[in-house]
Amino acid sequence: MNAPNIEYGMLGPILIILGAALIGVLIEAFVSRKYRYVLQVGTSFAAVALAFLQLFLIRHTSSKAAVGSMSIDGAAIVLQGSVLIFGFLGLLLIAERGFQSFTAQAAAIPGSNEEQKALVSGLQQTEVFPLTLFAISGAMLFPAANDLLTLFVSLEVLSLPLYLMAGLSQRRRLLSQEAALKYFLLGAFASAFFLFGSAFIYGQAGSTTFDGIRKSIVESGGSDQFLLVGLALLTVGLLFKVSAAPFHAWTPDVYQGSPTPITAFMAAVTKVAAFGAAIRIYYFAVGGLVWSWRPILIAISIATMAIGTVIAIAQKDVKRVLAYSAIAHSGFLLTGIIALSKDGLNATLIYLFTYGFTTIGTFAILTLVRDSGGEVSDLNRWVGLGKRSPLVAATFTLFLLGLAGIPLTSGFVGKFAIFSAAYKSGNISVVVAGVLASAIAAFFYIRIIVMMYFSDPVEDGTSVVIPSKVTVAAIAICAVATLVMGIYPQPVISAINSLAFFAG
Amino acid sequence: MSLGTSSTLVYLIAIPLFSSAFLLLAGRALDRIGHLIGTAASASSFIVALFELNKMLGRDGESRGVTQHLFTWINVGSFQVDATLLLDQLSICFVLLITGVGTLIHIYSISYMSHDIDRRRFFAFLNLFIAAMLLLVLGNSYLNLYVGWEGVGLASYLLIGFWNQKPTYATAAKKAFVANRVGDVGLSLAVMIAFVQFGSVTFEGVAKGIEAGSASSTALNAMGAAILLAAVGKSAQFPLQAWLGDAMAGPTPVSALIHAATMVTAGVYLISRSHFVFDNAPTAQLLVVIVGAITLLFGAVIGMAKDDIKKALAASTMSQIGYMILATGLGPAGYAFAMMHLLTHGFFKAGMFLGAGSVMHGMNDEVDMRKYGALRKVMPITFATFGLGYLAIIGVPPFAGFYSKDKIIETAFNAGGSKGIILGCITLLGAVITAFYMTRVMLMTFFGTKRWDSAAHPHESPWLMTIPMILLSIGSITTGFIFSNGDRLKNFLAPVVDQHHHEHEAELLAPMVVSGLALLAVAIGISIAIAKYGRKTIPASAPTDVTIWTKIARRDLLQDDFNENVFMRPGQSITRVLAYLDKRVVDGAVSGVGAMTLRLAGDLRKTQTGYVRSYALLILLGTVAVLTAILVVTL
Repeated sequence: MNAPNIEYGMLGPILIILGAALIGVLIEAFVSRKYRYVLQVGTSFAAVALAFLQLFLIRHTSSKAAVGSMSIDGAAIVLQGSVLIFGFLGLLLIAERGFQSFTAQAAAIPGSNEEQKALVSGLQQTEVFPLTLFAISGAMLFPAANDLLTLFVSLEVLSLPLYLMAGLSQRRRLLSQEAALKYFLLGAFASAFFLFGSAFIYGQAGSTTFDGIRKSIVESGGSDQFLLVGLALLTVGLLFKVSAAPFHAWTPDVYQGSPTPITAFMAAVTKVAAFGAAIRIYYFAVGGLVWSWRPILIAISIATMAIGTVIAIAQKDVKRVLAYSAIAHSGFLLTGIIALSKDGLNATLIYLFTYGFTTIGTFAILTLVRDSGGEVSDLNRWVGLGKRSPLVAATFTLFLLGLAGIPLTSGFVGKFAIFSAAYKSGNISVVVAGVLASAIAAFFYIRIIVMMYFSDPVEDGTSVVIPSKVTVAAIAICAVATLVMGIYPQPVISAINSLAFFAG
Repeated sequence: MSLGTSSTLVYLIAIPLFSSAFLLLAGRALDRIGHLIGTAASASSFIVALFELNKMLGRDGESRGVTQHLFTWINVGSFQVDATLLLDQLSICFVLLITGVGTLIHIYSISYMSHDIDRRRFFAFLNLFIAAMLLLVLGNSYLNLYVGWEGVGLASYLLIGFWNQKPTYATAAKKAFVANRVGDVGLSLAVMIAFVQFGSVTFEGVAKGIEAGSASSTALNAMGAAILLAAVGKSAQFPLQAWLGDAMAGPTPVSALIHAATMVTAGVYLISRSHFVFDNAPTAQLLVVIVGAITLLFGAVIGMAKDDIKKALAASTMSQIGYMILATGLGPAGYAFAMMHLLTHGFFKAGMFLGAGSVMHGMNDEVDMRKYGALRKVMPITFATFGLGYLAIIGVPPFAGFYSKDKIIETAFNAGGSKGIILGCITLLGAVITAFYMTRVMLMTFFGTKRWDSAAHPHESPWLMTIPMILLSIGSITTGFIFSNGDRLKNFLAPVVDQHHHEHEAELLAPMVVSGLALLAVAIGISIAIAKYGRKTIPASAPTDVTIWTKIARRDLLQDDFNENVFMRPGQSITRVLAYLDKRVVDGAVSGVGAMTLRLAGDLRKTQTGYVRSYALLILLGTVAVLTAILVVTL
């Protein structure tokens, strides 16, 4: 028996990140505490840069890899590139040491003497860096997987570190640990559906590769119950990850409980990875079943937009508002899948790329508004921020306008691309719902802007801390990207359009 | 019509835009000269506009439009949007109005805002508004227009809420924003329909597509209705009119510029610009007429009951824009007259708002007309300029409003059949009420007895404020004659809005008869007002023993009550119910009420009421739903 041929060059970007993650584990175990932080940061950024370089070198690749279980094609490369960029921005936020977001010792019981001791002695574990790298590698595998089993493994590689990272918050430990546990339990629940669905599909198609499933649908005509049940369960697993209604319930709790840099990372990277995988499945593997899945996705998309936008209005916590906003954006993104066209693929990738910057920027600003007890996410305490810190408020306003999709921000370009793709494919109902939802959504984004600018600040100890260069860099990159891709998006659009294809 | 190219259009927008950014970024360092930079930017833009006008007049009628391609904005798949500017006969009218009146208001604001520590920021916002408004009228496609449309919304939002110390001001800003968002939904739908039907969102592309017959009449009517919704939101027309009165909370120059002369007329521009849609969408066109007719009466009736001088003027603006919208709904005959009324209104209403600001300036920011009276002696220039604006708005010849309003009334009568008679009578009735409430404003403010507060020491405003008022009042005297003499404006605009040279329809009434009727209407309105307010002393507080009708009119014809009960309350309830369902009911369904007491994790727990098991149940239910649906759909 011959050993299978592995295309190391094509898998290079993922392998670099995985390797660096392993090195990170070793650093955490063996290097003296003094040098750990510097080494971890150095390793992480070097790995991301190297991986990006390798990805750039193979950008014109379009073929299956690792015995057909991966598909390294234009779409995968765009998505992996997005993951790396957002991973880099997330790492910048995680590397912030001017103020502390992470618990010193994750294993310590909240409120215990052990924890106190760790805090006082300034002991700070840095296992968050290798965990982030593991999550990035999973997120890069996810949209390139071309086989249900690879997809499942990468889903877990992405999710397991995230479950842990959600529990690392320094302040409000209980809330954070609760979020982590919730995320883990529900994630496991959804994974089970995913796996169950894969089994059903395998039962009918006799193959777990996307090419095999595709072929089997053509041959069988696609009306087999096993296939449909499998598809439905698979859909549940994927929609859980993108937080589409009614599988969204975990999102606000987890977003709120996680340390904010992790929320930022998770919001951008998970969304790219999960939508990347979803679009490959719906477009490539089960494109032949479009008449079965499209009506369901339309209903879910509309429900997701409605729930995300309407409930966001009633929220009083900035992080929860943004969580519901993330849910609404999942609804908008689903319209790109519904379109099932080259335009839809382009638009989804463009949307994901623009959304990631804006959302990371938004959460990054959130880390800056603090009082003695840590971050202040109560909306009522953000009043008058425009008077206290005009620059921070203005940047936050830019991000919110971007999320709202106001013209001249990148959000508008993404929304326009995705809605016109859906409209052209004839799915007018989702577009009408999307336009209406955007209008409602604008209301709660604007409400935050109103609170920041149109009220006087209250003296309650809330202040904006001056961050170190890493956070400033992350915010600046996100702000520039949001603005530039709003005013002159063409280079990005052209690049994505020319790359976005699936290897047949 | 053929379009030339130009390389100078961009300066119109770039100058105020850069000035705005500069003023905002420069910070406090520019506090002492910021207002001068802002004014200079607006004036420079006006000078560029004059050059452009001069160049345009040098070309012959059919080839006066020019475009400037800036860059390709969005190109997704088969769909491309360019950032291109278009200056033709229609847009130059607006450009001159925006930059001309805008510059005068900048000058006025130097003095009016001189005591405000944030004057530099105010001028930055004014410049931003000018830039956005110019982009709105210069965009060559619905999408470029949309950018400007959002931009003026943002700028007006910032300016209405400029004095945000008082919560009511911020509320007003929010209200304006919400109404505008509703309108924006209309515009984005219109853009979508245009794109799907014609594969283009440029005005040229859509017009060609319609000419080629590539859209059904249903689609055109839908597009027309969507455009009308946008116009209704932006131009404060029925049923989205409620925000305009509240928007008066902003500084008075803002009311003059944004809420009288320019931004609120954007709806009229949008409809005139989309004439090719409405000319082929009779149902949508009829809707336009109905909206215009209702609003012109609605605004006028509210105007009768207002004691706040700015709110009375705002109601009047609403009503006058109703006239313009009505005219645009009357087809090719109406567009030019709508534009004419828009331009003359830009002069006289801006002038009157500046006059109102001047009065407030002298009266410690008092806006209640019941506390005015006999101001003509102490503020002679304000009285004279306001008075000229007054004569113009009620339509006394030879002032500007006479010409423009008269033409609209005439066109309404000639609309044909019973429609013509009804519309003609409505416009005449509007003229009676306009004369009544404007005379009332005049009498209560400038005539009668002093009803001033003891602290008030009214005085004439400084020359920086009076000069713009004088210049605007000259406009209120002359523009009507200039535009209508020899149908000058109509012929100028014809290549854009009336490309097929529609012949005059049969006239129902001779122009002389219409003019006579209009003058009679004015005379009736004035006489009633004098009988009611000129001879009796005016009580210093509003009488309470009034009829139910007056009460309703004072409450803005119940527009807020209507909005609150029909839209806001149910909306809030739905939101609350959904949030409740999301948080608790799912949970309750699983564990019963008793489980709620099993809260273990202390206070922090309260922020997260959701139990994992209830979320899991929700996922399970969702899965069952997806499974059932996929099987039902397919099998």
